[in-house]
Amino acid sequence: MIRTRGLTKRFRGGQLAVDGLDLSVPRGSVFGFLGPNGSGKTTTIRMLMGLIAPTSGTATVLGESMPQSVATVLPRVGALIEGPALYGFLSGRDNLVRFDAADPTADPRTRRQRVETALERVGLGAAAGKKARAYSLGMKQRLGLASALLQPRELLVLDEPTNGLDPQGMREIRALVREVAAEGTTVFLSSHLLDEIEQVCTHAAVMSRGRLVVQGTVAELAARAQGRLVVRTPDVARAAEVLAAHRVTGLVPGEERVDGELGGPGDEALPELCAALVAAGVRVHGFGLERGTLEDAFVALTGEGFDVAG
Amino acid sequence: MSRAETSHAAASRAETSRAEATVLRTGRRPQTAAGFLALFRNELHLTFRRLRTKVLLGILAVLPVLIGVVVKLNTDSPHEGGGGPSFIAQTTQNGLFLVFTALAVALPVFLPMTVGVVAGDSVAGEAATGTLRYLLVAPAGRTRLLAAKFTAGLVFCLAATAAVAVAALATGAALFPLGEVTLLSGDTIGLADALLRAVLVAGVVAVSLAGLVAIGLFVSTLTGSGIAAMAATVGLVITVQILDAFPQLDAIRPFLFTHYWLSFSDLLREPMYWDGVLKDLGLQAAYVAVFGSAAWARFTSRDISA
Repeated sequence: MIRTRGLTKRFRGGQLAVDGLDLSVPRGSVFGFLGPNGSGKTTTIRMLMGLIAPTSGTATVLGESMPQSVATVLPRVGALIEGPALYGFLSGRDNLVRFDAADPTADPRTRRQRVETALERVGLGAAAGKKARAYSLGMKQRLGLASALLQPRELLVLDEPTNGLDPQGMREIRALVREVAAEGTTVFLSSHLLDEIEQVCTHAAVMSRGRLVVQGTVAELAARAQGRLVVRTPDVARAAEVLAAHRVTGLVPGEERVDGELGGPGDEALPELCAALVAAGVRVHGFGLERGTLEDAFVALTGEGFDVAG
Repeated sequence: MSRAETSHAAASRAETSRAEATVLRTGRRPQTAAGFLALFRNELHLTFRRLRTKVLLGILAVLPVLIGVVVKLNTDSPHEGGGGPSFIAQTTQNGLFLVFTALAVALPVFLPMTVGVVAGDSVAGEAATGTLRYLLVAPAGRTRLLAAKFTAGLVFCLAATAAVAVAALATGAALFPLGEVTLLSGDTIGLADALLRAVLVAGVVAVSLAGLVAIGLFVSTLTGSGIAAMAATVGLVITVQILDAFPQLDAIRPFLFTHYWLSFSDLLREPMYWDGVLKDLGLQAAYVAVFGSAAWARFTSRDISA
């Protein structure tokens, strides 16, 4: 669906925004494009959409090279790039009419109807006649999504689609993304929210400082993060001693808790370990494995916190 | 045929039709003429729905009313105001001349200012609000978008000139007598003929702003700030007119886009004297070609990062 080879963008100031990106988005996937703010996600998306020209490397979207094939590729792609942008003096409906009129392959005869359908789909039916300048950020975001859904699309590119939405709005947008994906549209979703990617995506790629750190299925990525054993207890020091004696490594004593890597012994050792703790007089309040998350995987991969801007 | 085979065949048929439906739904759609032109129509809508456009046209329409009232008051008062444009003296005899007076007053300053605002903001304004990126991923096509902007600019020139001319005609008819018109050459023509000439003059005035539209469009592709583009375009108009006033610059003056603007008065002679007007139109065509190409070259190769 999307494939890039050595895609690179160096801005005029000499800043390397995207560095040798080899991205491969399979058809039918919901692809999470993950990375901290400033890691080059939006620049990559702009290159994929033909808005900016790559300094070197190639990008193909729907099997055709960009930005040369913009006219044949983009009518089949819906996009939300770096937040919504609207004509404040036009109503929500007229904004959509304008964006639809910009597509020369869109049929003017079905325009009204497609606009209404898109408005209903994002829950803006009631506010469609209001001037867009009176919209809240969440409503603007929805209207941006509606413009991406004016036509049935093969690919939907969504750059931070839940930015500025309240939790209810986020849930609705994610439900919409799943719905669109279920219809067979490939979704390319950029986000800096890990749980968002974990909730909706089948595949993911992680960017950091303009480079691709890793890509694969979400399950594969999460598996990279090892589960950690967590013991909740007031007797932190005593518990740590017992765990160390049972070959648990990487022990981190915390406030009323100790956690460490189970490593060698594996899951079978858990009951024995628990018994040993109790036998040693440790007051065990909680005992268990915490499953690895994408965030752990990310930290393990990049060695940096997620909120660090590149 | 066994039942299993039948159901299998039915399933595969369903599969095929679903696959076809998907192809129909999302496959490559052809570009249609109506679809292509939709952006041009929409661009006109967008331009004339804007409050700013309405205010500009309103100001242009008030101008002839002001001139008319001032001229009326001046002629009613006993002392004679000396000099002034040759049209103004005629206005008191015939209200139709207010059209020519108003156009002559509006053309050097007010008309180019409004055109500069509209053309200068056309691309830069969209870049500033970010709507440009959504138009381009729609995909509007950069050349098509530029052509739509240019067309809307030209139509605005027509509307602006019409606003001045119509308001002037109405004011002139209300304040002064209408009747046979004595031309600058001394000949007299009937009112209907004179009205036709007024339409012709207004058309020439509108078209002579075409070069400015192209310049404004070019400036507009250079920056991401609508205000900067508007200011630069209007500033350029003023600068060029100042340059045009220096006799020392005779060598370049005939190439300034404002140089032949007032030649429209040659159409108020009998027979009409087309020399200056044709030079003006030729010059406008040259400016459109040069700055249109420059705008195209710039816009089609530019990174849209706003």
